[in-house]
Amino acid sequence: MSVIIIGAGAAGCEAAFRLAEAGIQVEVVEKENQPGGNLNNWYQLFPDRKPASLLRQRLQQCVSHPLVHLHTGTVPVKIQRTPQGSFNVNLDDGALLEGKALLVTTGFRTFDATRKEEYGYGIYENVITSVELENYLANGSLSTSTGKLPQRIGFIQCVGSRDEKMCNFHCSKVCCITAVKQAIELRELFPDAEILCFYMDMRMFGPGYEEMYREAQEKYNIKFIRGRLSEASENQEKQVFVKCEDTLIGKPLRMTLDVMVLMVGMESSDGSRWLAKELGLNLAPNGFIQASDPHYATNLTNVEGVFIAGCVSSPMNLTDTLTDARSAALAIQEFLTIPIHNH
Amino acid sequence: MNNIWGFTISNARAINYDKNDHSFAQYIIEKVPSIQLCIGCGGCTATCTAGMFTEFNIRKLQMLVKRGENQEAYDNLHKCMLCGKCLLVCPRGVDTRRMIFNMLKYIDNQKQ
Amino acid sequence: MKLEAKQQIWKDYQKEIADDRYYYARSCIRQTFFPGSEWAYLDILGNKLGKTVFDDPRHTTCTGIGYHSDVVPVETIMTVVARHFALMTEAGFENITPSCITSFGIYTEILHTWQEHPETEEQTREFLWKATHREFKKPKNLAHTSDVIYKFRNEIAALKQHSLTDVHTGRPLRVVDHIGCHYAKMFPSQGIGGAEFPAVLSGMVTAWGGEPVDYPERRHCCGFGFRNYLVLANRGYSVANSKKKFESMQPYEPDFIITNCPGCAMFLDKWQYTISEMEGTTYGKNGYGIPVLTYEEAAALVLGYDPWEIGLQMHQVSVEPLLEKMGIPYDPDAKYRNLRGEDMGRPACPTYLKV
Repeated sequence: MSVIIIGAGAAGCEAAFRLAEAGIQVEVVEKENQPGGNLNNWYQLFPDRKPASLLRQRLQQCVSHPLVHLHTGTVPVKIQRTPQGSFNVNLDDGALLEGKALLVTTGFRTFDATRKEEYGYGIYENVITSVELENYLANGSLSTSTGKLPQRIGFIQCVGSRDEKMCNFHCSKVCCITAVKQAIELRELFPDAEILCFYMDMRMFGPGYEEMYREAQEKYNIKFIRGRLSEASENQEKQVFVKCEDTLIGKPLRMTLDVMVLMVGMESSDGSRWLAKELGLNLAPNGFIQASDPHYATNLTNVEGVFIAGCVSSPMNLTDTLTDARSAALAIQEFLTIPIHNH
Repeated sequence: MNNIWGFTISNARAINYDKNDHSFAQYIIEKVPSIQLCIGCGGCTATCTAGMFTEFNIRKLQMLVKRGENQEAYDNLHKCMLCGKCLLVCPRGVDTRRMIFNMLKYIDNQKQ
Repeated sequence: MKLEAKQQIWKDYQKEIADDRYYYARSCIRQTFFPGSEWAYLDILGNKLGKTVFDDPRHTTCTGIGYHSDVVPVETIMTVVARHFALMTEAGFENITPSCITSFGIYTEILHTWQEHPETEEQTREFLWKATHREFKKPKNLAHTSDVIYKFRNEIAALKQHSLTDVHTGRPLRVVDHIGCHYAKMFPSQGIGGAEFPAVLSGMVTAWGGEPVDYPERRHCCGFGFRNYLVLANRGYSVANSKKKFESMQPYEPDFIITNCPGCAMFLDKWQYTISEMEGTTYGKNGYGIPVLTYEEAAALVLGYDPWEIGLQMHQVSVEPLLEKMGIPYDPDAKYRNLRGEDMGRPACPTYLKV
């Protein structure tokens, strides 16, 4: 009686560990060569600035449990139901896994910033994404394409989120607080630089987030301007010239930035889309996998035996992802121990 | 130049952040650090005595200063009646009364 | 600026442009201000590239200026456009190529409206029948004439007599492009290269040996609007937009501006005079302006046409410094002579702008 988990990010690893602790054999499939998912691209976590490596180590321990069998560098190519309702999962390395239940933890992909053409990502030399910035922060340095230390850095919120033009109506939730965290980290690197954040709304939903925002304003002198970037261009000095409205003043605002950071949002991952098709799972309008009920059955799907956890169902922070994973482990245990299902 | 055209070329309305003078903002932030905490909720303006009858908008005024749009701030600053109600309502603890006093002081210093 | 990523965008926004047999729809403004441009287009297509273009004398304004100024209702403009389609159908053509960006935008918008709201097409057919007893087929292909020149840019390059280079130094000419707003801002998929990094003009510039220059206010509207510059009270902010563009492009020291929109070409050329008279400012070198060429004028110069034959003497900003850079011979004395060789007299000299 084993459970198959697809995706060894934060949700997959945490759920695997909880199920294993309950004595259940777990097969975890991961497309990359190591577990950790998107967390592998991260330097520090908000709001406590904990090194992401600590959490990665924890996740590694989770999947090192004797009852967890991790298959890395491989993806499912075919999934079939047996007459008894079990899942047969064929992997591209030739392995065949069998499980009573399937947990989908394929997470999210970050928005491809080149799609927001008017921001010039990939074209202008000093436009980077929040993911790239995280990498620079890990290395403790950031310079402009001309090798100078940036004097003015701007964060652009909601890139690929809350944007009808990009077919994404949803809010990616964590970008607001990520920008606050990254702005503070940049302040530590560049005590004299001007650091600005262009936002539509600051959505500080998690514990300690609003406090961190406040600290960013008062202690770290991060300037917050309410206005969405309408377009960017590059000047002769390779600086980024931005146009937005300062909506709280009611006037258009123009300025040049030495580095512009795009806070890329979350989208349903390619793996989630493939699995939804293969398993016949309902998708929410935002492309993420739809939970059976937004309150009582957040880990259940329209297909019996297929469970979801983490960002596969909607953008979540790490706290909620890990909680959701434990909740999924509980739901799966219930499913496995109740012999007759009234479906 | 004699204007035979019947119109003149409009000046840009946009805030030119690169060219604006930010020394007023720097002075105020140094003297009243709490103004950095403003989130633009407008509580101050909603309750403002002067704002009820004039164009005076204390929320906007401090934002103009932060962007270096100083002239517009200078033009309106004296309308404040210093009643202190804005201080009472601010959810972020911005010391608005102190802010106005320091702005007035800065302008006085400029004149000397 | 990284070219590879731009090239990827250009790949994403390609559109179908018919190969031959074009029904030509003229522009109102261009025939007045740049009369040589449309002639050059027809001559290049017909005599250099061997294409069939039907220049229909029965064709009229699309009423776009009136429509955008609130004096022509949408039902009327749809019926006028339907009449153009009827004329095209009667002449046995299927590909329509408007010379005006506003017309192109209007044709695109109307075809899209008919597709989304078929009842408006039915109503237009009825109006057209009542008014003219005509029927029409919708065009198989709609392309702006700059799209057509873009399509044949390499064929034109193969026939070139002059390059977009400074013959004295071998340096490619720096060319800033200005794309008419209604080319792709409403329907990005209908523009070559899309709306943000259009390639329609920069592609020509590259093919003919020049260096396209991207400047911060490249996407900004020239300020033409419609009711905006037509009404004197609004003209101050209309011209301010062109000024903003000149100020943004000036540091790049462009050798000329290339445009694909009638209003923009007129504005960017004539306002340089207005701004100089009003404020004493000029944007080219040594008191000259920045020359403004339509894409047909640029193509014609590359192909070795005589500058006065294509009407460059109608420009406000002198093109002579550009002609000298490109090594194009010209007869200064012939500039103000008509086709019979008679002197037409000389325009008065601007106060500040050198001509």
